[in-house]
Amino acid sequence: MFEQDIKYLKFKTYLNTYCPHCRNTFNVEKKDSKSLDFKAIYKGQEIDLRLSPFLDVFDVEASVPIAEGDMVEDFLCPRCKKSLISQEVPCGECGSPVAELIIAVYSKLIPFYVCMRHKCKWHGLTKADENKIKLKIPRQEMPEQDQKLRVANYGEVPYGFTSELAALEAGRCLQCKNPKCVDGCPVNIDIPNFVRLIADEKFDEAAKKIKERNILPAICGRVCPQESQCEQLCILGLRDKPVAIGNLERFVADFERKMDLVRVPSIKTRLNKKIAIVGSGPAGLTVAADLQQLGYQVTIYEALHETGGVLVYGIPEFRLPKSIVSFEIDYLKKLGVRFELNHVIGRTITIDELLEHFSAVFIGVGAGLPTFMNIENESLGNVFSSNEYLTRMNLMKAYKFPEYDTPKPRGNKVVVIGGGNVAMDSARTAIRTGSSEVTIVYRRSRQELPARHEEVRHAEEEGIKFMLLTNPVKYIGNDQKMLKGMECIRMKLGEPDASGRRRPVAIDGSNFILETDLAVVAIGTGPNPVIFQTTPDLKRNKWGYLEVNPETMETSKEFVYAGGDIVTGSATVILAMGAGRIAANAIHKKLSEAA
Amino acid sequence: MFQIIRKQEMAKGSIIRFDITAPKIASKAKAGQFVIVRINETGERIPLTVADKDEFAGTITLVFQVVGKTTALMRSLKEGDLIRDVVGPLGKAADVEKIGTVVMVGGGTGVAILHHVTKAFKEVGNYVIGIIGAKEKDLIILEDEMRAMCDELIVTTDDGSWGERGFVTQPLQKYLGERYDIKLCYAIGPIIMMKNVCNLTKKYKLPTMVSLNPVMIDGTGMCGGCRVTVDNKTQFCCVDGPDFDGHLVDFDELEKRNSIYMKDEKDSLLFSIR
Repeated sequence: MFEQDIKYLKFKTYLNTYCPHCRNTFNVEKKDSKSLDFKAIYKGQEIDLRLSPFLDVFDVEASVPIAEGDMVEDFLCPRCKKSLISQEVPCGECGSPVAELIIAVYSKLIPFYVCMRHKCKWHGLTKADENKIKLKIPRQEMPEQDQKLRVANYGEVPYGFTSELAALEAGRCLQCKNPKCVDGCPVNIDIPNFVRLIADEKFDEAAKKIKERNILPAICGRVCPQESQCEQLCILGLRDKPVAIGNLERFVADFERKMDLVRVPSIKTRLNKKIAIVGSGPAGLTVAADLQQLGYQVTIYEALHETGGVLVYGIPEFRLPKSIVSFEIDYLKKLGVRFELNHVIGRTITIDELLEHFSAVFIGVGAGLPTFMNIENESLGNVFSSNEYLTRMNLMKAYKFPEYDTPKPRGNKVVVIGGGNVAMDSARTAIRTGSSEVTIVYRRSRQELPARHEEVRHAEEEGIKFMLLTNPVKYIGNDQKMLKGMECIRMKLGEPDASGRRRPVAIDGSNFILETDLAVVAIGTGPNPVIFQTTPDLKRNKWGYLEVNPETMETSKEFVYAGGDIVTGSATVILAMGAGRIAANAIHKKLSEAA
Repeated sequence: MFQIIRKQEMAKGSIIRFDITAPKIASKAKAGQFVIVRINETGERIPLTVADKDEFAGTITLVFQVVGKTTALMRSLKEGDLIRDVVGPLGKAADVEKIGTVVMVGGGTGVAILHHVTKAFKEVGNYVIGIIGAKEKDLIILEDEMRAMCDELIVTTDDGSWGERGFVTQPLQKYLGERYDIKLCYAIGPIIMMKNVCNLTKKYKLPTMVSLNPVMIDGTGMCGGCRVTVDNKTQFCCVDGPDFDGHLVDFDELEKRNSIYMKDEKDSLLFSIR
């Protein structure tokens, strides 16, 4: 019955409204507000009608008073004087004839219907139709930087929702009684409620709702793999694309920040206990925020010269602007959290020394040791670990070389080995340095690419080539021991392995040479040995990661807790934050009981 | 921020010594360990070995040769100036124990690092033979300090302007031919010197440790930029080193890897001159 485009009506704004015949606008500016002017026939007499800009039929002014419930005989365009009455569509409420107008939303023209009965509740749609139409609203996409322009700069790619798009997207949410999305979130954000608040345009309250569970929404909205978490379980996703929960999260966090609505809560109780946190990445920041708000005095130790861990050295500017990270860190500083930079725990201070001064220690150092493939010639010049490549470009700002002193690695034909987010980040960084060709070499097929879908799409849009089912065998150097090529072998998928993914098997004799002058190895990371060298009594599992009690995140050493990648191996920001939350609660419980 | 409390120019101003206030590092640093220094907001992170420390004064001593942009900028700093970031002590400390007679070989700026290791070996009661060398007389550093610590010290210069004429390998060969009680050799200096020393000691099956100086960024094992091949295995100099068994190190690869950024270094310097 209705065009799919009627979805826009859910959404209140100043609409441009046109006559369907002459396409002249009905909009007029009054002194205090905008409104829409019509001519109408009422009791055989031509009168002036004035509607509010929201096409709210309760708000009608007329030159002759119209009694409630009375029918207006005809609606006329004041310009072309043609009748606006639609023959096809009756009112969804009372069945009366309706007037058809054309409204323009986002440069689209869609029909809209107004009941001829004065003060009829109905305007445009019935409630039942509205719900049907909810399903018809397509998932809204964030406006993005042009593909051709963005490869020449390091600015963020998606611009984020406007408040209009956010409210429209939030309007798609079915508000399930038994929401599944919450289960998919490692920190159990109250997703339906924050989405409803966005639909009601209460963006500030929505931000507060998220912050009850997640202190870094601006970051998680950008880097969480929502498609395998909350959005994967969205009921709407069964019939259509799921609600863009991540993009909405990002929107409200950005809204709150840009509108300067962030308020630092006052801390009511002060406990005379100090907590040390090792590493200022997502896990550490979560523990710090939680415990500081409970009244502890928290100190974060960071080995690098900047806070944020993987958020600053790993994730590039175009995916997560560093100004956002520093804003969130500033928030923690305002809470009273202390930051000690340039402290390598295990070297500058050991864990045992920390325990002398602090009631508890949380280790959130991440999995920072790069993995290499151990193939021939891997030490050639211009073969980088993704950690080194990204640390140079992001942390050391080599992309601004020579303004910044750290040299920028450059290659004409760049190869990135791996299929995760880090591989996408490396490849997309490389294309921004002006490389003529960037290829991702991954040993499995497209379905197994572990990166976020959005990253893969962005990478493809930016012209990055995917060489799937291919694995490097060895590197080839020139006489200067610089990389000039890579021998690869084609793979096929065999039986599923322990991870449930089909194991790639090399196809004998399919070797070929790929010409390249810069390679980035992005095949994962391992646990950094520095802490363990001086704290041998921390128990580790067979992969070298820290062993913890999953209920409390406590390690084998009393009062020492751990969470994030140093426990799980390379994972996501939000999982690290989830672990941090568990640890913070357990630390609080243990220290309260001890007191 | 870390304050420079003493600055001394050595070797015609091409080698500089800084004493920097860094009490936490001073209380921990052992011979052979290094720090990462970043002098300002736009600076790069460079590794510098701790040449000495004074736990009571809370200072560490850094000695560096002016080779690139960062070290050139560091030379322009004065006493009282602040260095933005100093992080450490990093790397494994030298394995120091009483083993009898050791020979310490140092060349150029490497003598500064060698001096800290020598001190440690002397303190535990070893008989220490020192051999230090440089291109010419003015480039010999820390000779008096070394002489005070070593039971025997030989100085060589390439042009013969001071001490014996020739390379450090010549007196070393003489010692190795004469004395059979030398248990260990420590060689710290330019890559070519360490390589030649190792080639020599290999013939006498004398265990030899070297201190490597690859390009580093974080210095905490995170980036893998400092990887070196030792015994055909990839090792990270910052966490597995910086001291390695010299007989197993692939010096040629190290030399090539250290020269990757030569051109960028030049561009960077030219940029700042402009």
